[in-house]
Formats: sequence, C-alpha cells, structure tokens
Amino acid sequence: MALLHTVNKSPYERNTLESCLNHVQEGDTVLLIEDGVYAVIKGGRAADVLASVKGVKIAALSADLKARGITADKMIDGVEVVDYGGFVDLVTSNDKVQAWL
Amino acid sequence: MKLGIVVLEGPYQHEASDTAYNFTVAALEKGHEVFRVFFYHDGVNNATRLMVPPQDDRHIQKRWSELAEKHNLDLVVCVAAAQRRGILDEDEMKRHGKDANNIAPGFRISGLGQLIEAGIQCDRLVFFGD
Repeated sequence: MALLHTVNKSPYERNTLESCLNHVQEGDTVLLIEDGVYAVIKGGRAADVLASVKGVKIAALSADLKARGITADKMIDGVEVVDYGGFVDLVTSNDKVQAWL
Repeated sequence: MKLGIVVLEGPYQHEASDTAYNFTVAALEKGHEVFRVFFYHDGVNNATRLMVPPQDDRHIQKRWSELAEKHNLDLVVCVAAAQRRGILDEDEMKRHGKDANNIAPGFRISGLGQLIEAGIQCDRLVFFGD
C-alpha cells in the first residue's frame, strides 16, 4: 500500500519532515507544500536527509516553490516538481494521504 | 474519485486555506467529485461573511462561497469549533440569545458526524492545516 505524505512546514521551523521521513516506506511519495518546499534547497538543512531516502519519491508543489524564489538551479536533484493537478493525481494514485501537521 | 477535504487553519494565517482551495479547484477541474469540505478548529473562521480583506487581496470566504455555488459543494463547519469562535448561523444565534449571525452563503453548521461520514464515503480524505 502506497502512501502520499504531505509536509507543509519548513525544516528550519519544525521537525515534521524528519518525523515523516522516519516513517515512510518504499513506494511512498513525500509531497512538500507551502513552507515545506524550503527542504529542497541545495546545501540546506534537509538536503542530506532528503538525498539519503531511498525508494521514496520526493515531490514539491511548483506554485509554492515559485512563491519562495526556489528555482530549479537552487534545488537538490531528484525532486519532482508538480502543479496542483499533479497534487490531485498523487492523492488519487496513492492509497491513502497522511498530512504531517 | 470521491474526495473529502478538511481545513484546520483559519484564513490569512499561513497557507492551509489557500492550498485547500487551490487543491479543491484542481480536483474539480480534473472531474473528481468533492463530497464535502469540512472546516474544523480554526478552520471555521473561513466561514464568516464579515471578513473585509483589502480589495487587492484574495477574499478567502467569498472564494469558497462562490466555488460552493458553482459546483454545489457541501461546506460544513464544525458546530463546537464554531461556537467557541463566534461563528453562528440563524439557528445558533437564536439558541444562544445572540443579536447577530455571521455564517457566509454556501456554508452550513453541523457536527463531527459529517467528518466521520466523509471519512467513510470518500475514497480519499485530504487534510490541510497548521
């Protein structure tokens, strides 16, 4: 069973991403939204831990990246950028959705 | 697919209400059914028609009300959370002896059972909050 995990807080503010990554299983997807997208910044606090997760898709919401000036060149590799339609598709293609609030 | 949306954060706070709205719009555009949007905790504050944001800012309540009208959405506000925060409809106003009510068009006040029902009926329940 594949889960979609949403993380909406910055790794500089809360440890929800860390908690989430401690619970994800192979085949799951972690979608970073709102301030959660700060995690994808190259050389940032969450970059190493995100890169170390294997078998889990990491995605980030394009509108929230854009709002924070996080362009592709500032992002770590391996992050799939999705729009709101892509968010909806991730919800429907996974069996359950867990919001790490 | 049948989707349920839960909004736990008030308007103009962080971004949860905006994300929930944009997600709902995208889901409807993709042809999914939005069974219910449930407003809980501070999320009930999205339902006051008395909010007056600056004209060049988004009007979060009006946006939800208009979406509800266009797509016949069921916007449900948790009664216990609403009472605590002063979100009242006509019935609640009378019941508590208040002199005004403030619920916006398209929203209705009901109980937690509506959230449970959404959990049972929907294929996916998506939470947006703080």
